[in-house]
Amino acid sequence: MRYISNTSAQQKEMLGIIGASSIEDLLVRIPAKARLSRPLNLPRAMAETELVRHLQRLSGLNAGADDYACFLGAGSYDHAIPSPINHLISRGEFFTAYTPYQPEASQGTLRSIFEYQTMMAELTGMDVANASIYDAASSLAEATQMAHSVTGRDTLVISRGVNPLYRQVVETYVEGPGLRIKSAPLGEGVTDADALRKTLSKHTAAVVIQYPNFFGSLEEVRAIADIAHEAGALLVVVADPINLGLLTPPGASGADIVVGEGQGLGVPMSFGGPNLGVFAAKQELVRRMPGRLVGATVDVDGQRGFVLTLQTREQHIRREKATSNICTNVALCALMATIYVAILGKRGLRRVGELSTAKAHYAARELTKIPGVSLRFAAPFFKEFTLRLPKSPDRVIKRLLKDRLLAGVPLKGFDRAYKDCLLVAVTEKRTKEEIDAYAAALAAAVA
Amino acid sequence: MANVPAELKYTREHEWAKVEGERARIGITAFAQEQLGDVVFVELPKVGARVTAMKTFGVVESVKAVSDLFAPVGGEVVEVNAELPKKPELVNSDPYGKGWMLVIKMSNPKDVDGLMSAADYEKLTAGGGH
Amino acid sequence: MHAAKPAYDKLIFELSSPGRFAYSLPESDVPDGDPAALLPKAHLRDHPAELPEVSEVDVIRHYSRLSQMNYGVDTHFYPLGSCTMKYNPKINEDMARLQGFARLHPLAPEAASQGALQLMHELARDLAEISGMDEVSLQPAAGAQGELAGVLMIRAYHLARGERRHKVLIPDSAHGTNPASTALAGFSVVELKSEANGDVDLVDLERHLDEDVAAFMITQPNTLGLFESRIHQITELCHAKGVQVYMDGANFNAILGITRPGDLGFDVCHFNLHKTFTTPHGGGGPGSGPVGIKAHLGPFLPTPVVVKREDAYALDWSRPQSIGKLQAFWGNFGMLVRAYTYIRTMGPDGLRAVSENAVLNANYILKRLEGHYDRSAPGPCMHECVLSARRQKRLGVTALDIAKRLLDLGFYAPSTYFPLIVEEALMIEPTETESKETLDQFCDAMIQIAREAETSADVIHQAPVTTPVRRLDQTRAARQPVLRWHPSS
Repeated sequence: MRYISNTSAQQKEMLGIIGASSIEDLLVRIPAKARLSRPLNLPRAMAETELVRHLQRLSGLNAGADDYACFLGAGSYDHAIPSPINHLISRGEFFTAYTPYQPEASQGTLRSIFEYQTMMAELTGMDVANASIYDAASSLAEATQMAHSVTGRDTLVISRGVNPLYRQVVETYVEGPGLRIKSAPLGEGVTDADALRKTLSKHTAAVVIQYPNFFGSLEEVRAIADIAHEAGALLVVVADPINLGLLTPPGASGADIVVGEGQGLGVPMSFGGPNLGVFAAKQELVRRMPGRLVGATVDVDGQRGFVLTLQTREQHIRREKATSNICTNVALCALMATIYVAILGKRGLRRVGELSTAKAHYAARELTKIPGVSLRFAAPFFKEFTLRLPKSPDRVIKRLLKDRLLAGVPLKGFDRAYKDCLLVAVTEKRTKEEIDAYAAALAAAVA
Repeated sequence: MANVPAELKYTREHEWAKVEGERARIGITAFAQEQLGDVVFVELPKVGARVTAMKTFGVVESVKAVSDLFAPVGGEVVEVNAELPKKPELVNSDPYGKGWMLVIKMSNPKDVDGLMSAADYEKLTAGGGH
Repeated sequence: MHAAKPAYDKLIFELSSPGRFAYSLPESDVPDGDPAALLPKAHLRDHPAELPEVSEVDVIRHYSRLSQMNYGVDTHFYPLGSCTMKYNPKINEDMARLQGFARLHPLAPEAASQGALQLMHELARDLAEISGMDEVSLQPAAGAQGELAGVLMIRAYHLARGERRHKVLIPDSAHGTNPASTALAGFSVVELKSEANGDVDLVDLERHLDEDVAAFMITQPNTLGLFESRIHQITELCHAKGVQVYMDGANFNAILGITRPGDLGFDVCHFNLHKTFTTPHGGGGPGSGPVGIKAHLGPFLPTPVVVKREDAYALDWSRPQSIGKLQAFWGNFGMLVRAYTYIRTMGPDGLRAVSENAVLNANYILKRLEGHYDRSAPGPCMHECVLSARRQKRLGVTALDIAKRLLDLGFYAPSTYFPLIVEEALMIEPTETESKETLDQFCDAMIQIAREAETSADVIHQAPVTTPVRRLDQTRAARQPVLRWHPSS
């Protein structure tokens, strides 16, 4: 067995030194009736070449974005991943290390996390970012817990513009603490400010909006921040950092906590995971933040060094009174994002946003030229938009799949009110040629 | 060699109380700060908050540990040490002086009778503090 | 004393030069590309984010230099107890990067995701067989989320039976995520005393078992590395009061093919794929924490559930009693591919050999070191052993000091100060992928340190001296938190 070094001769030698006649002697505490009396009923071991063939076959059954033009969004995006990232994160010192419990032997990981924290704070416009949560949804769930703990209030008002999958995760997380969720409806594709004001009360811990929202529209963050703060509630904004190279950061518009999906920053889509949960907040909230934090300090020689800090918030010390139960962060994904932002840099990240929105607007124009196809909402959009189709979106998707097009996310499953709608995302990777092919195929499909 | 000022009263949870007329000044003992190590943060209530005798009123944190703070007496918080947020190290360097945490206007001065004397507290900590 | 070599001490921002860039983006091929013409001005940044401006060479060199400041399993023996730092097979990485996996969007039509769904379905079935459970959800993103899922399912189960129970029992030897996850699920945690060897104190357990207890959570083998041999009695006692029993699967590496939680009476268990199943630790994650259940908890599984209908695989959302969702999509699929690849590489006999060798290696270390460090418990251990540096502490050398000295001697340190019930704990988990030669080198180093503690403790107190930085001021980091780089710094 190539991953096990000890030969049977060495095993015998070791048993001799231990003073046992066989490995069975070492398992003596396990009662006989607990012992599995047969081998595990699993497929037999496969040699590497057979295994590769088997997995290539499974992989080949999927419509990967190298073979299909991907216009899917809703929380996972086909943004370009620069070539150096995979090489760097595959260095064994990065990917086979673990949590930096011994900081002296983990400065590589600690420094890259410190850079990541800086980059996320810069992009979101907030004072401090943590070392990551699992994904945007769990990050949002953590933010709602934090808002409850900070304000002492028990109600969350979540805009209908927030990704319904994220909302479902929040609903799961609020079961334990018994928090209540109310909804703020949309008007023309963005949160209706007047309706929002009416749903707030002295029980509201936080107002949650998404920017751009689930339907692709740009919310008026500043106006909503003012409404939330008037009611004594925090404003939590869900915003993906890749868009914030171009868009106004929520921190500059009054957000108290910003969470988001960092997957677009160099993390493969990988059928939905692992992802990258961004979490950032204002300085005065830092001690209530969940997740790991890396801080700068000095060593005994006065040299700069980095450590995990403010650890008394965390489960390994605070146990049941911890700010969260989280133990790992998604360190390797955070490293991908760090390297991505270093590569794209000041101008490049802005350029990704410019290209994405230019192509999205081109696509929207071309697609809405087709008779019966229209934009569902009037609000300005960024890189995603919602189309209303004259024929069933499910059937359109099925037809366009044959043209190697992943046409969009059908919204019927999320809300029957949008059963004729398709959510289309356009990133900097989509070419004019792909968009024109999409328009031609869609025209044929709805004719 | 214990640092246990005779004029103060003590709790089993290692807080001290200094009676000042109707008020009591509160902090943690030299033994407590030594057990904790370097104090990095103290979470205290605001002026005007009410505290209950032997219930928690805040938290003291070191790098590797966190401890609840128990109020020796009940009443209204009338003063909070404004130095501690900037200089938590005062709890280590001067736990009975500049490291004080709260002043409480006692709602029931008889609460003090339930506290330990310096001699009793010294016995407690000599035995390891449990 | 100074570090043996000058440390590389740059952050990426400090390498910036205005105008330098490392990216490659195509020219726009669509008309009207100016964002100011497309979007209202209020939505556009008025100044760019302070991000680095570096070349590709800068990026490669900087992150390569940073990596060299880390110890990893690929370069060092990494005996972190309870973390199972075994070798991460490279074939797993190749398979996770196959185009049809890495480049697959989670909302691609199910008909175009059959390979991914099949992999998930088969992995869930394999994990169910390995654990003796009836069903497995692959959705939780990490062990802590697996715990949360498990406790929420137990909560839902009791509520569905018309009972509102408020308490969960957890031993004082448990990992911190156990009480934290339990509190998050809305329960009060009742801490039970363990016996000195980490075994459940049966008297304390019986005294606390009543109809207000929803669950009892334990780690098996326990956190001292010992198998709790009265487990059947424990699960029976719990079930008699309607209490569900949860197994923290962090120590699964000890029991593959040997025993199974489902056969021991457990109702729920979670797996740490980044421990037993070789998905890479990544510097702290991502993990993956599938959760296995007995059939009576089936209705409460997180949605969607991957099902097989005739010949096709699908995501089943029609679970009205489900606890809901833990993350936006279906699970850490990239990690699931790696675990699946590993299980297929090993096969049933290979997995059993994993646990047998893990147990052998840990006992070998225990035997070689028991004359020099205090054992935490008598008898053979399972896949990890817990020593106490109590003896050394009397000489002024703590577990922390020993850990730092090990770094100088070329090893990553074991876990320290866990479990909480062992004084100056050193938890050593070698795993099965280490050779006798490596174990001997490690034991030689530990014995050397034990001797140094007696004769020349100063070299231990000064450690580490060969790492890129020496001991760091944790107090300063917590009192004056500096959590980001600033342009002026």
